[in-house]
Amino acid sequence: MDDSRDNSVGSDMALKQSQTSQHNILPLALDNVSYEVNGMRLIKEMSLKLETGSSTIILGPNGAGKSLLLRLCHGLIEPKDGALTWQGPQRANAGQYQAMVFQRPVMLRRSVTANLHFGLKSRGISRANRNQIAEEMLHITGLTRLAKSPARTLSIGEQQRLALARAWSLKPEVLFLDEPTANLDPAATHSLEEIIATIKASGTKIVMSTHDLGQAKRLADDVLFLYRGRLLENAPADKFFEQPQNDLAQAFLKGELLWWHRQELKPPSEIKHRGDNK
Amino acid sequence: MSDFSEAFAAAFALIINFESSLAEIVGLSLQVSFAAVLLASLIGLPLGAALAVFRFPGRKILVVILNALMGLPPVVVGLIVYLILSRSGPLGTLGLLFTPTAMIIAQTILIAPIIAALTRQSTETLWQEYAEQFSSLGTRPNETVIALLWDNRFNLVTTILAGFGRASAEVGAVMIVGGNIDHVTRVMTTAIALETSKGNLALALGLGVVLLCLALGVNAAAFLINEAAVKRHG
Repeated sequence: MDDSRDNSVGSDMALKQSQTSQHNILPLALDNVSYEVNGMRLIKEMSLKLETGSSTIILGPNGAGKSLLLRLCHGLIEPKDGALTWQGPQRANAGQYQAMVFQRPVMLRRSVTANLHFGLKSRGISRANRNQIAEEMLHITGLTRLAKSPARTLSIGEQQRLALARAWSLKPEVLFLDEPTANLDPAATHSLEEIIATIKASGTKIVMSTHDLGQAKRLADDVLFLYRGRLLENAPADKFFEQPQNDLAQAFLKGELLWWHRQELKPPSEIKHRGDNK
Repeated sequence: MSDFSEAFAAAFALIINFESSLAEIVGLSLQVSFAAVLLASLIGLPLGAALAVFRFPGRKILVVILNALMGLPPVVVGLIVYLILSRSGPLGTLGLLFTPTAMIIAQTILIAPIIAALTRQSTETLWQEYAEQFSSLGTRPNETVIALLWDNRFNLVTTILAGFGRASAEVGAVMIVGGNIDHVTRVMTTAIALETSKGNLALALGLGVVLLCLALGVNAAAFLINEAAVKRHG
């Protein structure tokens, strides 16, 4: 009984996979989108369009609204004002064509393989297909030898790789990544970036937030620069990194600490030091 | 004092020889409490998990009521079940009063809220961690509840054992609806109460020791399961 349902969905999935190069849901248009928590406006009148084919990196300091923007786009939270519109033909089922990896990987209290199966099952993939896809994903992400380990005993880098494999196994048209390497060392970051590049090459649109400039340079085709809930710059990556238009973006690229810069705070040690000189 | 030590000696003789009078009582106790725990788990686990996941009007009131029901006095439960099952009660025609079935019903009512409330609490913590990921994956509500119960399994074993501890130790409810009839509805707690009042300390103490060992065993099991879970899943 269950099988018949699974099979039909499975063939839908096969169809969907063959179509990943075409547009199912992209582009995504944001029109004057705002988001509030307890009356605090955390995303302010953002308008932008996410097109197919390029990797979009969301840059900005902590508290800029990068994670919120990703969650709005992915539909995890609803905007207070404004509209988000998927413009592709499958927009009615937009959720089926997206996936997201969070800053802290969410690992089910099960084996590595079972974590992959859970994601696939949630999207209605049949058991036979699940086995095949899971095995393939473990192989590509280098997790095969850990297949039977409890996912939560993996190192944080391995967990994030598994989270990425789980998201990729859904063959999304758009993959949202919320600072996936924020807690990782350089080696783990490198291995994750390699996987992200492979996912991108397979035709998936990457939308990723980061505050790591080097990473942004390595992965970005387009850059959205956010600061305190505002979209200050939206430009192709080469243009953004060569000559950013916005003065805060310029400061950010130079590695200046934006909030100190603006508020002219002095670290306490400096104040004490001046007192000593007198 | 000599009475006391004599009673102890007699009690251990009873346990070591596994006297049939003792075995019968212990057997029925376990049977009733196991059945009640099974039924209460079937009700309490899904109810608790659903209450942790779904948001609906009146949810908070329900949570408060459920938490309050954890402290239900066994005698009150016994009284209510008695009224329902007695000849003139709504279910009087079933003739269940003073049977083990009536005792199972009373204990189920007593511990289902405990299992549901504790399940709600621990599942909600897990749900906070999982919610966004499940929402992103598009996991359906029924799959969500099942997944949360499964991923929370080690905690829930402790929860169920807590329910079992409560059921096997209570005396009020089974006394009222069971009637403490010899060979029919006499369980450890009711037998202890009776034998003590009769002055038959040996049997009372023997049963008391068995009951204590049971409580110890249940807690040891809960502890070991938690240890294993921490070791395995971090």
